[in-house]
Amino acid sequence: MDINLALLLVLTPFLGFLINVFFGKSLGKTVSGAIGTVAVAISFIVTLVLFNQITSTGKAIEVTLFDWIQISNLKINLGFLLDQLSVLWLLFVTGIGSLIHLYSISYMHDDENMHKFFAYLNLFVFFMITLVIGSNLLVLFIGWEGVGLCSYLLIGFWHKNQDYNDAAKKAFIMNRIGDLGLLIGMFIIGSMFSTLDYATLKTAIAGAANLDVSLLSLAALCLFIGACGKSAQIPLYTWLPDAMAGPTPVSALIHAATMVTAGIFMVTRLNFVFDLATDVQTVIAVIGAITSLVAATIGLVQNDIKKVLAYSTVSQLGLMFLALGFRAYEVAVFHVITHAFFKACLFLGSGSVIHGLHGEQDMRNMGGLRKAMPITFWTMLISSLAISGVPFFSGFFSKDEILLTAFHHSIPLYVVGSVASIMTAFYMFRLMFLTFFKEFRGTEEQKHHLHESGSLITIPLIILAILATFGGLISLPGNSWLNEYLAPLFTKVAGEEHHLGPTEYTLMGVAVLGGLLGILIAYIKYFKQDNVPESDENITGVAKVLYNKYYVDELYDAVFVRPVNSLSKIFRDYVETGLSALVFGLGKVANELSFQGKKLQTGSIGLYLFAFVLGLCAIVSYIFLAQ
Amino acid sequence: MGNILNQIGIENYIFLSVVLFCIGIFGVLYRRNSIIVFMSIEIMLNAVNLLFVAFSTYHQDAQGQVFVFFSMAVAAAEVAVGLAILVSIFRNIGSISIDNLKNLKG
Repeated sequence: MDINLALLLVLTPFLGFLINVFFGKSLGKTVSGAIGTVAVAISFIVTLVLFNQITSTGKAIEVTLFDWIQISNLKINLGFLLDQLSVLWLLFVTGIGSLIHLYSISYMHDDENMHKFFAYLNLFVFFMITLVIGSNLLVLFIGWEGVGLCSYLLIGFWHKNQDYNDAAKKAFIMNRIGDLGLLIGMFIIGSMFSTLDYATLKTAIAGAANLDVSLLSLAALCLFIGACGKSAQIPLYTWLPDAMAGPTPVSALIHAATMVTAGIFMVTRLNFVFDLATDVQTVIAVIGAITSLVAATIGLVQNDIKKVLAYSTVSQLGLMFLALGFRAYEVAVFHVITHAFFKACLFLGSGSVIHGLHGEQDMRNMGGLRKAMPITFWTMLISSLAISGVPFFSGFFSKDEILLTAFHHSIPLYVVGSVASIMTAFYMFRLMFLTFFKEFRGTEEQKHHLHESGSLITIPLIILAILATFGGLISLPGNSWLNEYLAPLFTKVAGEEHHLGPTEYTLMGVAVLGGLLGILIAYIKYFKQDNVPESDENITGVAKVLYNKYYVDELYDAVFVRPVNSLSKIFRDYVETGLSALVFGLGKVANELSFQGKKLQTGSIGLYLFAFVLGLCAIVSYIFLAQ
Repeated sequence: MGNILNQIGIENYIFLSVVLFCIGIFGVLYRRNSIIVFMSIEIMLNAVNLLFVAFSTYHQDAQGQVFVFFSMAVAAAEVAVGLAILVSIFRNIGSISIDNLKNLKG
């Protein structure tokens, strides 16, 4: 029963992928989209069943399909582990996944390769589910690579634009760097405990006498590098903003709600490893905090609506890592969930705006869309309030808990996180004011065509906005369903429970005031004073540095890309020339030898016969004379 | 059988066989007509067959004679194919002199 459920869960999206990839073109756009959506929806229903089962029994479901690798004492199963964490993850992967598939039916309807789009999306969901429910690190790795592949395919979906292809390649290569870290981490763990299975690993670590903590820390650090690549943390974050080249539903599903949270999932999954590596946890917290601040500052001045959201995603992921660094895994998971709701909603909303403006992404050419697109406006407003941490929206609870945790461990990191949150509130409302308020700044023709998107687009938006509003209820401070639900997974440190006291309420007040301050600044600057960001060439000073993303891309270009390019140029011009000269030389020698040799073949049969007899005589005389 | 062999002597059979074989070789080397060359090859083949049979009797062992049967059967097949090839060559180039067969030139 369980094995059938698990297979149904994994294989339905894969079946959807197969159908769409082989028959999608002939099935027509709507049917192909419907198949893709239904496939994911079935997975969602299965997830609900599993969720129900797990909440009622409280026991994890383990499914082993077959022994996969068996070398001496290393044994790896192809198995699934459906426990509290993975099912929780599945809920929003398949749930938001279904909504985004539904949205895409309308959004991608004008694209000639719509079946391909749905095929890739289904494949992505398949790999994401594999990643989440794998019972060991190797199965996780299959999913990990698979989602990277799908991300690459979907970023470069409009492959006729070379910039998009470059963005896709950048994402793929950046992820490869992280994946190498993940692999090395896996190798170290495998060599230490000769298992990659989570459950076995946990007992092995718990029962190990004189554990080599420094080696384990190295493994944890390598795993964290993997997480950095996938979840876009410094120094491997630059691919995510560029990944916005893909269609907007892709940005919402892969680059905001699900794939980029894989790093957080992995760290949470291996919490027993990271718990022992305290130095690495400090690194995680610091990197998370710095990432959240750096990305937020860049987000302040971006003018592309999706770029703002992309940097916001990087920043929020940084906050999640900040929580992970302080062993507040359930807080990070909480923020992953609420973030998935409001960020998916924001991306889909921006997609609706872009759709309504026929591909316009620059906020300087928007404005006044509030009247034309009321549903998009209201849903995005709700999500913006949620991400800004305005009380009683979901983001308020999750972000507040992260900051609270940070406050208890490290005041400087708390300050960094808070500043990032204020900036988040500012740039989100900068986006809202520039996009939806005042007068429309685009062309007359665009203005003429302004319209609210169809119901396939607005329904997912509304559902996500509702979730973004009430998502916080799953983990209210002091009375958290989520913490209890996830409790079996983590080893609690004594004295870590926070009780709501005056300090906590003060901090909450500070956070709310900070968020409101950010909104207020945005209001004054972009509504009261009616500012519109300058055109590119007029940006100066600090804003220019921020607008150009601290020149990090240029730095990477100078430090890594160009040296590698010149190195390959050397190889091409000298080493390859030398090698090919050698190989061609050998070929020429053989050619010349055979050219001379063929002159022996005169075609005169008499001569052949003579040679034959002569040879025979030689052999016979040799045999007799040798004796 | 044994009497005849004793009367004639095994060495005479060997001489005969060697003579036949050399006749065959010289035929192959000196004659230009393909059919003659072919016949010479057959003579060489039969020289060997003769030796087989002689030794078979000498050793009182039937294996050699069995072998000759095989050899003759193969030779018959070979003749059939070889003559067919010659006919075909004659039809194509109007001659069966081996001096005219230069198509094997490299």
